Amino acid sequence: MAKELDQLLKQTSEWLRGVGPMSDIVMSSRIRLARNLESFPFATRANKSSQAGVLQAVKEALLHCEALKQPLIFEMASLDEVDRQFLVERHLVSREQIVHTDHKAVAIGLGEVISIMINEEDHLRIQVMQSGLNLEDAWGLIDALDDELSELLPYAYSSDWGYLTCCPTNTGTGLRGSVMAHLPALVITKQISKVLHTITKLGLTARGLFGEGTEASGNFFQISNQVSMGRSEDEIIESIDRILKEVIHQEQAAREALMTNNRAQLEDRIWRAFGILRYAKTMSSTEALDLFSAVRLGVDLKIMNGLDRSIVNELFLFSQPAHLQKLEAKSLSAKDRDLTRAQLIRQRLGGKS
Amino acid sequence: MLCELCKQVQATVHLTEIVNDQMTELHLCEGCANQKGAQVESHFGLADLLSGLADFSKPSETEEVSTKSCPTCGMTYEDFRKVGRLGCAACYQTFKRSLGSLLKRIHGSPIHLGKSPTRLVKPAKAKSELAELKRRLGRAIEKEEFEEAARLRDLIRKMEQEQQKPKKAS
Repeated sequence: MAKELDQLLKQTSEWLRGVGPMSDIVMSSRIRLARNLESFPFATRANKSSQAGVLQAVKEALLHCEALKQPLIFEMASLDEVDRQFLVERHLVSREQIVHTDHKAVAIGLGEVISIMINEEDHLRIQVMQSGLNLEDAWGLIDALDDELSELLPYAYSSDWGYLTCCPTNTGTGLRGSVMAHLPALVITKQISKVLHTITKLGLTARGLFGEGTEASGNFFQISNQVSMGRSEDEIIESIDRILKEVIHQEQAAREALMTNNRAQLEDRIWRAFGILRYAKTMSSTEALDLFSAVRLGVDLKIMNGLDRSIVNELFLFSQPAHLQKLEAKSLSAKDRDLTRAQLIRQRLGGKS
Repeated sequence: MLCELCKQVQATVHLTEIVNDQMTELHLCEGCANQKGAQVESHFGLADLLSGLADFSKPSETEEVSTKSCPTCGMTYEDFRKVGRLGCAACYQTFKRSLGSLLKRIHGSPIHLGKSPTRLVKPAKAKSELAELKRRLGRAIEKEEFEEAARLRDLIRKMEQEQQKPKKAS
């Protein structure tokens, strides 16, 4: 396993710090920009030498980039399966980035706020993460980084259509803003499909925890813009922010309703979840996510005092398969992972080991 | 509970469907759910969506669609319709007309109103004026005010040419 990656193991990802605006409901905000280099074919028509050329050009540019000082750069082909999965779990690379790994790489900035995927669907996928609902600061950071990179690298750009991307659904600004929201009360009160349906009508879309094509688990939803052209970056971000605030408001109302009308049942659900986490001997990652969701709600509603949100967040990350294996510094079968996961959770929550 | 479709096997899959603002819950066995799932997916596949959309613009641009291939990467419009992805930056120029209507259908507007690479940007003022002109152009096209649109388009072209001139000289 790569030594430099172990540095990351010792720190908490930006998106799990559990701070920032609305952090009781919003875990993190992320903005990504899709960019391509003018003189190289896109991924669909790329060959080994063109991909190597892109990687070389981007690496060279990053040497001179002030906004991303001395990034950690990992080439996907040089990492083993666990290390690649580890990066996916930390939301530093997409799931697409770890298949067909030739000439694919990621550059990661300090504190894991900035990461740049190289040779994904687009030559560059630049992303900035912030804790809580904070697309505005994320935009400020990524805008400056993108300006700087645009001076170092000749982007594929047309004045009519903006940034030219591999998939026409990203053309224009190449921007996707996503907010990861924890919406357990809307799920419990069965309002979630109505809410998600409404945001779809307003030009947003909802996905699961790990982005495109993943299930919503642990009541976490990634909500992002569908359309990247015809509106400025500020307008896109402002509209996500505005609609998200409405969703947050709905979740808050549902939480209040549960506390008023079904407090006993709610408390029961939360404490049962805590009981299982604290004493179970084997635990799948799906079960853990659902239970963490309940416990997190308990913390947010101050039903569970004395447990810090950051501990729940940390467990949330470290009970993922690759993180467990990195912690144990060896590869584990699914069955062994369930045992190790249960043990880690028991210890961290102060139950008997 | 038995599956609502075949009424023979125990229902193990529970789906919530939303059609025309009406929410219905479906309780299905695995077999029926898989069939149902296949139907649902076939509605929403991206490549389908893209090629479906592109079909609209096909008749008027038959020539571009059937004969052209991108001089830079060799991609044809047919290739693009299959994979839903373009081959290189030059494809956007090659398939300009078909893509224009496709982009309009995907995004609701085929006009970029966002930022530009720094090397192309002149003083911020010119940039915002240009964005405003493009915005007005978008509205004119939406309202089908084509004379106004043509006037705005020429203005925008002129401004963009002016912006690029000093760059070439330097």
